[in-house]
Amino acid sequence: MSVKTLKMDGKDLSAREGDTILQVAEENNIYIPTLCHLDGLADVGACRLCVVEIKGRRGFQPACSTVIEEGMEVVTNSETLQKYRRLILELLFVEGNHVCAVCVSNRHCDLQDLAVKVGMNYTRLAYRAPVRDMDLSHERFGFDGNRCVLCTRCVRVCDEIEGAHTWDVRGRGIEASVITDLDQPWGESLTCTSCGKCVQVCPTGALFQKGKSAAEMVKQATFVTYLKSMRESKK
Amino acid sequence: MITMATVWLDGCSGCHMSILDMDEYLIEIFKRATLVYSPLVDHKDFPEMVDLTLVEGAVSSTDDLAKIKKVRQHTKTLVALGDCAVTGNVPGMRSMFPVSAVMERAYVENADINPGAPTQKIPPLIARVRPVHQIVPVDLVVPGCPPSAKTIAYVLDRLIAGEPVDSAEIARFG
Ligand code: SF4
Ligand code: SF4
Ligand code: FES
Repeated sequence: MSVKTLKMDGKDLSAREGDTILQVAEENNIYIPTLCHLDGLADVGACRLCVVEIKGRRGFQPACSTVIEEGMEVVTNSETLQKYRRLILELLFVEGNHVCAVCVSNRHCDLQDLAVKVGMNYTRLAYRAPVRDMDLSHERFGFDGNRCVLCTRCVRVCDEIEGAHTWDVRGRGIEASVITDLDQPWGESLTCTSCGKCVQVCPTGALFQKGKSAAEMVKQATFVTYLKSMRESKK
Repeated sequence: MITMATVWLDGCSGCHMSILDMDEYLIEIFKRATLVYSPLVDHKDFPEMVDLTLVEGAVSSTDDLAKIKKVRQHTKTLVALGDCAVTGNVPGMRSMFPVSAVMERAYVENADINPGAPTQKIPPLIARVRPVHQIVPVDLVVPGCPPSAKTIAYVLDRLIAGEPVDSAEIARFG
């Protein structure tokens, strides 16, 4: 494995070939906000919160899914980046129906925490107030489309870690939503093993355990990182 | 001594409860500010000019619309207090349905006696619930459902002293 050198926020760093900008940043205690990324799952660059600037490249690159290169100069935080990250959060909040006060994930929600970190305390955009479905047909778990940000963590954990591929995405653009099996009720799914991994990795209140109060609905997503590393080292 | 007002639009009054929850610190606040208009005091009309007004609640009816426009005209510093004022929050959950369906649900489907939507006295609902800042310019937003007494005390202390406030540092949704 060869070593690459690069600059991040003016600091000279060395990193392993094949690492992503986000991995290098985390190793060097540089904070980049993320939402769809989860250690142990393949990155898809869905949310765009982790965008960074790379000298000599136009536009912005997602840190979670951009591999470092020799001599790269990365800026992880600038006024422009802050502006865009705030705007992305505003878009996420107005796209669905986020009513934190009555949400089971209130105070344990990655999206809500990001709003605090990025300083997004109101949206300049109008709320869409879309009509979105809920699926409460599963015996133990529930899905509330109003709070789904389409990060696809549920889809990836179910496919890559559990191997069931119960979840997938239907539709395009603003019409897109996650579905179980062939858009059948979750409770009637033939592939779902009821393992609950999707619930644990969902960063919002979209997937939840039935019968849990907001105080109890604390998710543990770190098992994915653990399982993945154990499997890779065949322990 | 500055003048202060509080206004209650479409909210549950929880933000006003949180104001009261400052307990004895209210005495400290009122050494530096006079409450000239509020659901908590008796004045019927909004004064000619108020230094600082806190608004609880979303804009949901034609009455809210008229009120908030008037309040803005007669206020120097306008604060949207709490999630309903800042995001629409729970009152905003009806925005995904047409007003007629909302009225039908509340006054016909769920009525035990005399089903039928009121046609008099009750101000008509506007099509979509709106946060205050989407109707009139707001000088500061303080999210929270409700914002804690501590948050409100901090905000009032700074505003009364004429210091800048960044609520992003102290308040969050929910
Ligand atoms: S999912 Fe998060 S941001 Fe959305 S309503 Fe729930 S707590 Fe708020
Ligand atoms: S249900 Fe949760 S994990 Fe799945 S896409 Fe929506 S927000 Fe992401
Ligand atoms: S965390 Fe990188 S795009 Fe979502």
